[in-house]
Amino acid sequence: MCRDCKCSTNASALEHDHAHEHRTLTVHEHLLARNDHQAEHNRELFRAKGLLVLNVLSSPGSGKTRLLERTLSDLGQRLRLGVIVGDLQTDNDAQRLSGRGAPVVPITTGTVCHLEAEMVARAVQQVDLDALDILVIENVGNLVCPASFDLGEDLRVVLLSTTEGEDKPLKYPLAFKTANVVLVNKIDLAEAAGFDRQTALENIHRVAPQAAVLEVSARTGAGLETWYHYLESRWAERRLSRSSATALR
Amino acid sequence: MHEWSVMASALEIALEQTRRQGASRIHSITLRIGELSGVVPEALTFAFESVIAGTPAEGAHLIVEAVPILCHCPRCAEEFHPADVIYQCPSCGQISANVRRGRELELASLEVS
Repeated sequence: MCRDCKCSTNASALEHDHAHEHRTLTVHEHLLARNDHQAEHNRELFRAKGLLVLNVLSSPGSGKTRLLERTLSDLGQRLRLGVIVGDLQTDNDAQRLSGRGAPVVPITTGTVCHLEAEMVARAVQQVDLDALDILVIENVGNLVCPASFDLGEDLRVVLLSTTEGEDKPLKYPLAFKTANVVLVNKIDLAEAAGFDRQTALENIHRVAPQAAVLEVSARTGAGLETWYHYLESRWAERRLSRSSATALR
Repeated sequence: MHEWSVMASALEIALEQTRRQGASRIHSITLRIGELSGVVPEALTFAFESVIAGTPAEGAHLIVEAVPILCHCPRCAEEFHPADVIYQCPSCGQISANVRRGRELELASLEVS
């Protein structure tokens, strides 16, 4: 560092030109501005198509893909669903979800630990959005980073399973605080896993007072009908707001 | 750990601003990082050293201003700093979902020449 002006040059004092003037520039720019901007574009597109869009977050192994398999098979009979699946390395999850009549687009992120709005914008180009009612975005299995990135979704769904313990909401508060819905999965295994249901629900309500909480088992189907009703209601609201927006024009 | 991409984005904005102001070197970068931004300041510092190498910001200082979380209690109509991840009003015990400050993740200022 230069001793005279405290600038960080490595040059010696003799070589260093002190005629330069240090100035402070006030910037105040959001570091995720580019992502947020793209997310707003995504949201505009989704709204124009009357789509309900979910961003599903969870730790690895909490049953996201299993839940979506069931949702595609069951709710897929009543509404037209499509899926975008983020995964670090493989397209295994996308393969598990395909063959159920719904378009499935994989996004392999490589080393990126979350999905960004731009990746979603590229992926949806491969889907006929006019042929869909609900678009589900399965984020990369990770409860930390995806929480910071808006994708343009309507609903952020956070999944935790009974085998992960009751204190997940305390350990990953940001994901839970930004959730619209929290699904407690593998409720059929609660007893075997020694899961303290009361404490878990209390933790969720205290960390995320804004979120709706549903207890489900993607394996046995317990609670899934409530989940489907929840999605159908949100979808109906979305359709209604689109038709009133169209009527206003 | 998306601190690296956050830091890369900070540098990109910083370089653009520096160019626009007709400056050629960056001596310090000041970030404002909210406690609820999802970013760990230590990890940012680590990422900073690697992203500035070979750029006009090489050798610059990183200054991180932490922004504490500030919630609003709807019952007391007052703001409070939560003690932990449960945003409970210290006066009345009401749990708040209204976060007024603490999500900041921004490039606040630059020192350039």
